Amino acid sequence: MIRQISKPLVWVALLGRMVLSGVQEAGALALFALQGIINIFSPPFYWRIFVGSMINIGYLSLPVVALTALFSGGVIALQSYTGMAQYHVDSAIASIVVLAVTRELGPVLAGLMVAGRVGAAMAAEIGTMQVTNQIDALRTLSTNPIKYLVAPRLLAATIALPFLVIIADILGVLGGFTVSIMKLGFTPQGYIMATFNAVKPMDITIGLVKAGVFGFLIALMGCYHGYRSKGGAQGVGASTTAAVVAASILLLVFDYLLTDIFFSK
Amino acid sequence: MTQSVPKIRIRNLSKSFGSNHVLRDVSMDVETGTSFVIIGGSGSGKSVLLRCILGLMVPDSGSIEIDGQNIFELSSAQRNEKLQQMGMLFQNAALFDSLPIWQNVAFALLYGHRKNKPKVSRHEAYDIACDVLKLVGLDPTMVSDLYPDELSGGMQKRVGLARAIASKPEIIFFDEPTTGLDPIMGAVIDELIKSCVDTLGSTAIAITHDMASAQRIGDHAAMLYKGELIWQGKAKDLLMTDNPYVHQFTHGLRQGPIKVETKVK
Ligand SMILES: Nc1ncnc2c1ncn2[C@@H]1O[C@H](COP(=O)(O)OP(=O)(O)O)[C@@H](O)[C@H]1O
Ligand SMILES: [Mg+2]
Repeated sequence: MIRQISKPLVWVALLGRMVLSGVQEAGALALFALQGIINIFSPPFYWRIFVGSMINIGYLSLPVVALTALFSGGVIALQSYTGMAQYHVDSAIASIVVLAVTRELGPVLAGLMVAGRVGAAMAAEIGTMQVTNQIDALRTLSTNPIKYLVAPRLLAATIALPFLVIIADILGVLGGFTVSIMKLGFTPQGYIMATFNAVKPMDITIGLVKAGVFGFLIALMGCYHGYRSKGGAQGVGASTTAAVVAASILLLVFDYLLTDIFFSK
Repeated sequence: MTQSVPKIRIRNLSKSFGSNHVLRDVSMDVETGTSFVIIGGSGSGKSVLLRCILGLMVPDSGSIEIDGQNIFELSSAQRNEKLQQMGMLFQNAALFDSLPIWQNVAFALLYGHRKNKPKVSRHEAYDIACDVLKLVGLDPTMVSDLYPDELSGGMQKRVGLARAIASKPEIIFFDEPTTGLDPIMGAVIDELIKSCVDTLGSTAIAITHDMASAQRIGDHAAMLYKGELIWQGKAKDLLMTDNPYVHQFTHGLRQGPIKVETKVK
């Protein structure tokens, strides 16, 4: 009798529990992010870690971001040419390339590349420190682990990603330019003119704002999942995967939201 | 100065994880300048007890007084100040594997947020690290620029000890300092611990299940069994007591009140 009554309640309870744990998770993440941000602005600030992260995120990600941007710019030129030749509007190619790259592809592709490279590495490093008690050791040595490990990484990623995206923008346009000149028979002057006519400072600025947000999200996911690692090598592996997946999804969601806010007026 | 206030006074400390009652009503006093050894089988709650005293874990109930002040009634700044007087040698040494040995040893001086302590330059910190390394029997010219994974287990323990004592803490904790070492190296580490504690005049709490080690390090001793302190007394009485639990444990007997399941029912 009791079983029969409680059957639907089991599902309600299960649903309730899922909602609760989701809310709990979101709350824990928000608290972690808040602590990270507060610790950026309260002394001491760990410059060495910050500079190390800047080099790792900004400088060492350059090759992969540069290649990605170069080829994507080229591909867009090719695709839009084949798509538009029939309408005789191939002069639009330059503007398509530059707008696609600065508004979307630059920030998103650089973000995804950095999420794979840096987000994973952060989660692995901090996760290993967690499961080998190094984070506890920090606390016994009068050091706040959030301030030492998380704050400099959050700041470094937020600053480094826009710089990477400036490079990605330039190389993306260069990729489109090269293909258009070498394969599609455009004149360099014409292409460059068309590019500068099409792009507005706002496009680039918004792309860079996106990049900053993405950088913050990537570092936040790397640090958060690393920090919560449990149970040895396998646990660290799991949090590395979680960091990259979560960063990539969040990045695409925020890309949509930011685009909606800035461009859909 | 009141002679009667113990350095550490623990009253009715309890801690559980879900239905797993790890500590039950633990009460103990550690007098200033003495060494207290806690013995007990694996999983009896020894590490959890240390983590509670160090503030790395919050107990469910009970009080921990240090110099007569209940640490749970202090502001977080005051508690950090108390923490600053403590050092800990972790079970697995927990050295920072991204930093060279000398920075591991001088970590609190270099990076710690220490109130009312003079700032030291990197140069001074290096010199101090070398002095402390000598104190634990390591040649600074050989090891100071190596990384932790380039050292043997015994050397890592020594570096861990050096790191724990570098800021001259008033209380030092040792979590199974000799576990995983050969008997001779174990004796060497015990001797170093004893001499460091004596030189600094620190109060020490060590947990171990190595009887020889307990006798060498401890003035006082206690046995933790299923989260309860079932025996307290002088360390030199450990082998003589007629408490059946302690007798069985110290003599490593299979038969006795402590039952260890070897078959799954
Ligand atoms: N963070 C934790 N979460 C849940 N259970 C824990 C945690 N830390 C320790 N425990 C449990 O507490 C018990 C005692 O652990 P511990 O103090 O590490 O034992 P030991 O005496 O070997 O040092 C074990 O059963 C362990 O599973
Ligand atoms: Mg333990």
